[in-house]
Amino acid sequence: MSGAGEGGERTRVIRTDYLARVEGEGAMYVKLDGREVTDVKLRIYEPPRFFEALLRGRAFTEAPDITARICGICPVAYQMSSVRAMEDACGVAIDSGPLRDLRRLLYCGEWIESHSLHVYMLHAPDFLGYAGAVEMARDHREIVEQGLQMKKAGNALMAAVGGREVHPINVRVGGFYRAPAPGELRALHDPLERALETALATVRWTATLPFPDVERAPELVALSEPGAYPIDRGAIRSDGGLEIPPAAFDEHFVEEHVEHSNALHARLRERGTYLTGPLARYALASQELRPLAAEAALAAGLGAVCRNPFQSIVVRAVELVQACDEALAIIDSYEQPEAPAVEVIPRRAVGHGATEAPRGLLYHRYEIDEDGTILDARIVPPTSQNQLAIEQDLRTVVEGGLDLPEDQLKLRCEQAIRNHDPCISCATHFLTLTLDRG
Amino acid sequence: MAGSHRPTLAVWKFASCDGCQLSLLDCEDELLMLADRLEIAQFLEATSARVEGPYDISIVEGSITTAHDAERIREVRASSRVLITIGACATAGGIQALRNFGDVEDFTAIVYASPEYISTLASSTPISAHVPVDFELNGCPINKAQLLEVIAAHLAGRRPHVRAHSVCVECKRRGTVCVTVAHGTPCLGPVTHAGCGAICPAYNRGCYGCYGPMEAPNTSSLSARMSELGSGEADIVRIYRTFTADAGPFRQASERAAAGERAAGEGAGERGT
Repeated sequence: MSGAGEGGERTRVIRTDYLARVEGEGAMYVKLDGREVTDVKLRIYEPPRFFEALLRGRAFTEAPDITARICGICPVAYQMSSVRAMEDACGVAIDSGPLRDLRRLLYCGEWIESHSLHVYMLHAPDFLGYAGAVEMARDHREIVEQGLQMKKAGNALMAAVGGREVHPINVRVGGFYRAPAPGELRALHDPLERALETALATVRWTATLPFPDVERAPELVALSEPGAYPIDRGAIRSDGGLEIPPAAFDEHFVEEHVEHSNALHARLRERGTYLTGPLARYALASQELRPLAAEAALAAGLGAVCRNPFQSIVVRAVELVQACDEALAIIDSYEQPEAPAVEVIPRRAVGHGATEAPRGLLYHRYEIDEDGTILDARIVPPTSQNQLAIEQDLRTVVEGGLDLPEDQLKLRCEQAIRNHDPCISCATHFLTLTLDRG
Repeated sequence: MAGSHRPTLAVWKFASCDGCQLSLLDCEDELLMLADRLEIAQFLEATSARVEGPYDISIVEGSITTAHDAERIREVRASSRVLITIGACATAGGIQALRNFGDVEDFTAIVYASPEYISTLASSTPISAHVPVDFELNGCPINKAQLLEVIAAHLAGRRPHVRAHSVCVECKRRGTVCVTVAHGTPCLGPVTHAGCGAICPAYNRGCYGCYGPMEAPNTSSLSARMSELGSGEADIVRIYRTFTADAGPFRQASERAAAGERAAGEGAGERGT
């Protein structure tokens, strides 16, 4: 729904009340005084669901099942950050061995599923000029079908390790309820081989899409661990020199509640706006990519750092190669662990957990009582961390596109939001785009 | 059914996690075929194309938690020939219905530093509390095969084949050893609506009831069994109060356990004086 060119000579309003192809519900408002952008707001008006409050009084073992329900697109991210935080509180660390491999394997499934969805169904239609993937399939059925088959391989991986695709049931504090038998994982080998081929083709294809020439400057923040591409653990690092354990998150990041949003806005205490997600992970850890993914990135013309959010579709494709390749490596060397979980005994403590959701850093902090009852919970999802950076992108896009026809500028604004795969269900949810030229 | 005569499908979202509508996009093998049979007239997560109503079939995800949404669902109902609700939020209020047992102002103050910016209702309620619903599909999340069956049935003008028995029956059919009998694990399988395929017991854990209560469940008997196996009243309250906490039989079972917990607490207090 849009109303273009409302208002007087100096006053123009462009509105999109329902921004499509994002997860959740939000609105955007841009105010212009002449040619000057005076206000940019990404409104998130998805109704609040109060997870941090309803977690109080629950058992520490319930956190992975409950927090999964924050987001149907990235439930594994919530499960992984919560179990890491609870294990941290209880003095347990699963940093190596088959249980960690299984966790990374499950997480690879979510990356494959979520990135395939975003690349093919949410993002690519912007570049090719379609309303969505179904419309795109009328002209490019093979492309959409190959994206769907790759997505299906990710879902099959989640179902095998996690029990089902959405809100997996097999994740527990300490590990899993049941470790899959080697045969269950071997059955995934061939579909994942095909998904890997598709991922490589996806890198080649996305690299040919038309990108506006944009360079963005926010500080890039991602997990970091020597020897591994960031997924399930690590220190929090930035290209501005930050390097802290997840436990120090509060000392360096602050969340603010602003009037126009049901999400909290996060920023770096010292330096303000920052960005998490594929561009940040790639910039900080491209040297940790597996050879196939690194070669694909090089061939696609990505440098060591990519600061063009429109090109995030290529970086996601590179991460698809990474996730498929790593999943195959884990499956091929998998030996069923003797026990599916290690024992985790509660104690009165505070625990922190940070992992990389497909769309960026997800931080959890819990205070638990000696019997494991949750006393306090804090969850900082990637989209609330990226919100300021998204608003700055919008400002840049509008400033650089003042002479574009109204409908093109509106589309460019929507795309600037979708570049970051915002999960408004996570941040709380709905994007309406209002462009007010006052 | 070709061209402009295809029936129209609209997908609507209220307070939820997006996971149930994602199930539609997770139908990787069927999605494009479905799009050939139906005109997708409104599905924001998938497309910016929108066709004005009325719609032949509306699929609704999420619960009602704001005054604005209470109004919006009436508009959706008015523009829909058939209205199908999907998932625990839409059919039972979802996990966010835990607020119905507490004080929503306390909840807001815990999460948001400036609670005056937040507008929300005191309760989270299912769609059926606001408008007539033609079919409810349970699950947190729903089963995508069941979703396809429900859509296909409505296209064909027949009743959907969605079994109403318990998860317990699905477990027997699957040949899974009973986790309660064999290991003493608390399990809501005997009182929970089927549909998931009894996944949890197959992964060595008890059912946690995410498909909500089956018709006429015997929760009293199950609660007594869980007590015998060592679950305290507080544990029993928690096990019923998750993703379908406010669905009638689960609400009543948790309230009975909570009353038992209070009585035990008072008894202990009296003994102490």
